[in-house]
Amino acid sequence: MKLNRENRLIIGLCTAAAILIAKLFSIQILEDKYKLDAENNSMVYSTIYPTRGIIHDRNGNILVGNKVAYDLLVTPKEVTEFDTLSFCQVLDVDLDLVRGKMKEYAKNRRRIGYQSVVMFKQLPPETYMRFAEVAYKFPGFRGQARSIREYPFNAGGNLLGYVSEVDATFLAKHPDEYKSGDYAGKTGIEAAREKELKGEKGYNIWLRNSRNQVESRYRDGELDKEAVPGNDITTTIDAELQHYGQMLMANKVGSLVAIEPSTGEILTMVSSPGIDVEMLADIGQHYKEIASNPYNPMFNRAVQAPYPPGSVFKLVNGLIGLQEGVLTPNTMYSCNMGYHFGKSKLGCHAHKSPINLEESIMMSCNAYYCYVLRDLLENPKYSEIDEAFDKWREYVMSFGFGKKLGSDFPSELGGFVPDSKYYNRYYRKGGWKATTVISLSIGQGELGCTPIHLANLCATIANRGFYYTPHIIKDSEHVEIDPKYKERHYTMVDTTHFPKVVGGMYRAVNSGFGSGGTASIAAVEGLDICGKTGTAQNPHGHDHSVFICFAPKDDPKIAVAAYVENGGFGATWAAPIASLLTEKYLTGEISESRKPLEERMLQGNLLDRVKVKKK
Amino acid sequence: MRDTGGHKGRGLAKTIDWKLVICYLLLVLIGWANIYASVHSSEPASIFDFSTRSGKQFVWIITALVIASIILFALSPRIYEGLSVPIYIFVVALLIAVIFLGIEVKGSRSWFAFGPVRFQPAEISKISTSLLLATVMSQQGYRIGRTKDFIITALIILLPMMIIVLQSETGSALVYVGFIFMLYREGLSGWLIFLIGMAILSFILTLTASPYVAILVIIGVASLCICLYSGRFKWWLMIGIPLIVLFAFLPSLLELWSANLLGEEGVAALAAAEGNYETAGLTEPIVNRIKPLYVLLGTTALALPFIIFSAYRERNMFSHLGLISMIAGIALVFSANFIFNDVLQDHQRKRIEVLLGMKEDPSGVGYNVNQSMIAIGSGGLFGKGYLNGTQTTYGFVPEQSTDFIFCTIGEEWGFAGSTFVILLYVFLICRIIRNAERSREAFTRIYGYCVACCIFMHLFINIGMTIGLMPVIGIPLPLVSYGGSSLWGFTALLFIFIALDRNEKKYF
Repeated sequence: MKLNRENRLIIGLCTAAAILIAKLFSIQILEDKYKLDAENNSMVYSTIYPTRGIIHDRNGNILVGNKVAYDLLVTPKEVTEFDTLSFCQVLDVDLDLVRGKMKEYAKNRRRIGYQSVVMFKQLPPETYMRFAEVAYKFPGFRGQARSIREYPFNAGGNLLGYVSEVDATFLAKHPDEYKSGDYAGKTGIEAAREKELKGEKGYNIWLRNSRNQVESRYRDGELDKEAVPGNDITTTIDAELQHYGQMLMANKVGSLVAIEPSTGEILTMVSSPGIDVEMLADIGQHYKEIASNPYNPMFNRAVQAPYPPGSVFKLVNGLIGLQEGVLTPNTMYSCNMGYHFGKSKLGCHAHKSPINLEESIMMSCNAYYCYVLRDLLENPKYSEIDEAFDKWREYVMSFGFGKKLGSDFPSELGGFVPDSKYYNRYYRKGGWKATTVISLSIGQGELGCTPIHLANLCATIANRGFYYTPHIIKDSEHVEIDPKYKERHYTMVDTTHFPKVVGGMYRAVNSGFGSGGTASIAAVEGLDICGKTGTAQNPHGHDHSVFICFAPKDDPKIAVAAYVENGGFGATWAAPIASLLTEKYLTGEISESRKPLEERMLQGNLLDRVKVKKK
Repeated sequence: MRDTGGHKGRGLAKTIDWKLVICYLLLVLIGWANIYASVHSSEPASIFDFSTRSGKQFVWIITALVIASIILFALSPRIYEGLSVPIYIFVVALLIAVIFLGIEVKGSRSWFAFGPVRFQPAEISKISTSLLLATVMSQQGYRIGRTKDFIITALIILLPMMIIVLQSETGSALVYVGFIFMLYREGLSGWLIFLIGMAILSFILTLTASPYVAILVIIGVASLCICLYSGRFKWWLMIGIPLIVLFAFLPSLLELWSANLLGEEGVAALAAAEGNYETAGLTEPIVNRIKPLYVLLGTTALALPFIIFSAYRERNMFSHLGLISMIAGIALVFSANFIFNDVLQDHQRKRIEVLLGMKEDPSGVGYNVNQSMIAIGSGGLFGKGYLNGTQTTYGFVPEQSTDFIFCTIGEEWGFAGSTFVILLYVFLICRIIRNAERSREAFTRIYGYCVACCIFMHLFINIGMTIGLMPVIGIPLPLVSYGGSSLWGFTALLFIFIALDRNEKKYF
């Protein structure tokens, strides 16, 4: 054959064809990769959902467990004519609902194709069993087991949070980890510990033919994957104490937080009114009801509500005064029904005068702390009030105020402590002085502290000068908590100053009625409770009742903060509630002599006093 | 030679190349059956169901056969030569009009829509271009080597090609590159094809390997050509090969040297610091300043004057042209990244990146190719059987009845079926070339080569795309893919040739 141009072109053509055929040979005959991939494409994965991890309390009780429910799936392509009426009777659902759904599937048949879709979610086992007996009458329908949450204790609805099906926004945020139809923790511990709790999905693999009929198990299930259950979690919560706390706070608006001072572990965290655990398992159905509740049960007051701390804050100012040297335990100030400056006066109640530091705490004297704050802010050590004020703020912040404590609980808020710039904005620079901000001395004014801040303050004093960041998850077999929860945080006040304040708190509780001590009602024999009352003025209605206490004095096991909105004096509601909780925790029961007090607290209803926005 | 009295001479049965017609019918039927296979499972229906693509394709096939009959029996083959200019102008006008009046389909404006019927003028522009090329190039005294003739020819090809590029139908435009084979047959220097091939190769090498490798290959090939042409092959073996080998290993040699200077600990420290000398606490060895690319270019630049001088002394034009091409090639290598990143459009760049394996992207751009290779690969030797494919029927493969129809063939008919289809095309093209060569009229020959080139380009690009040899370029598989425009276009293209061929055979 001549090598003319015609033949060269034909040789080129044959070469090109040979390249194509060689490549075909390589992918169709030589390589296995594409055959495996094709199997992947024609494999049907049926998901096995893992059971979620169990949430334990600190004593090993189950706070959140699992139970089985069934989703009813339907493959519209396989559905033949069926008796809609008996179908509805068996499942106990509305006829129109079923008809509407079937119509919708018919409309979307192209999109659905051969797939199965979920028709009803979370049918209780009894209903599903009833259906299973007659399932042969309804081809195309099948059940899929799924575990849902169960709550043996009515404790900690807000804390635990709820689990619900992921929505589009959630999927957009976690594109790889979740698929439509999965469930995920949305609030509280369920959300914070989603990673540990969720477990891993498994699957069974089936092979289908070109008409999408499932033909067989793929390799006899050799490559199926078992679902891996989620890891269990141990919380620091004491389930019984939490339950008791919720009962005490029933029908009151506010918050009750208890911390173990020696570890920072949160024993109890009540936000009242809260979400009942019964609603958590099926949050979807109750969501409207919860959202329309005027007392806003979704709002976790314990970590989110910034309240004025009231007189409880005197402890902080006293400690700062001691550290700054403007105050000694023996400094005496007189109080004449309040603190007078110019024509104004910050009022106080009747008590003996003059008094020293311990007595000022015991009797909660307002004037005393006006002197202290004024001395702090007019301290000649600092060139101007701005500097002195910002120093004061630095001290306050070292107690954890004005910032998120960094607990492992989601949605914690930071509260507020003003700085000099804040007042400069309002009054211009040099336009304000100590008396302008004098209400800060007694914990009023521009201060916002959450109940967990107050509980943390209490734990700090109980520890004589340091705190562990409050947290809600304990180390357990599969879960290790962040080491930061095991670090001590010292305040800027020297630890040697704390016992003087503790003395005052002890006397406030244990001096007996008639002594002038403000918290005698909180005294429990033998428990050495130390406490401080607070009555936070509220321009919108009744004052808020505040109390913090820890016990026993010399080996503190529990530090409690109670905040009862519109409860009036600290000693009226907060002090009894906090002391009852303390007593319950330390002795396991309430002494006979305090039963009437307990009864009064359990029955008390303050909801009428709380002004709410109509929803 | 010209017949003057209607249909005299030998009859229909003897003059028509039945083998071509049978080949055509086979391909069309294979296409139809596979279109049915590709759509049947999502919408099980009869192959004649007009709401499905297979039913519509049936209509296209019938109408295509009508068109074929008209071309064979009703039209005189002699009209084409005279009409080629007006047809060409008309089609170019259509091509331009479609940019403004057409509807947008997948980002390109290349379709006219008349109610439910769509029509792509690019499909008939292959015919009009082929006809005009045949007319112009068959003129007495036409010589492709003459600059004026070459430029006219090039313009005839480039004009529709450019307009189609403006329609964002880069794939269809690429087909026109195929006319270069026809030009080669008609006397264009083979070096042009060689140079284009080298340009593509060095472009790919630059992107996948490195500019260094690309330049080394260019220099190697250029020096080989020059030495071969001037009879110095022994020189090339003795000096060229050792030099090329040396340069090939130069980068790794330099690295070894540098590692040697640093010592084992130094290398470990450097690795720990992720190649940052400062954080590793080392001074960078001086040898790292030697860039192999500059050494290579420097050596070449030193050698150039000698070669130019010797070429000048021997009056060797070839050496000069070779050197110019080589320098142009090196310039191309340096501009390759610029062209790739700044000239090409985003989606084109991604397709090339996926093809060259620069980026793994099985769910994005690579999805089509990956799924298509899976479908074809899973076919094995004999395939899964007709209508039993699992890949193509679930819509894992996109565009499965049009551009990716070959997947269905590959999956359901396996290697045997795919090879058969490819060989059928090879036979079709060879037969066209054979008939073209046998014709006595240059017009028929040139037109025949044009047809062969078009079919070849479509075949190679389309199948190459489905098996990952070519980037994803959306052009149909001739006669097989679903689509009226395409089927009508190729039918007319082919049957005009059969008619021309028949006209010649009438009088033998």
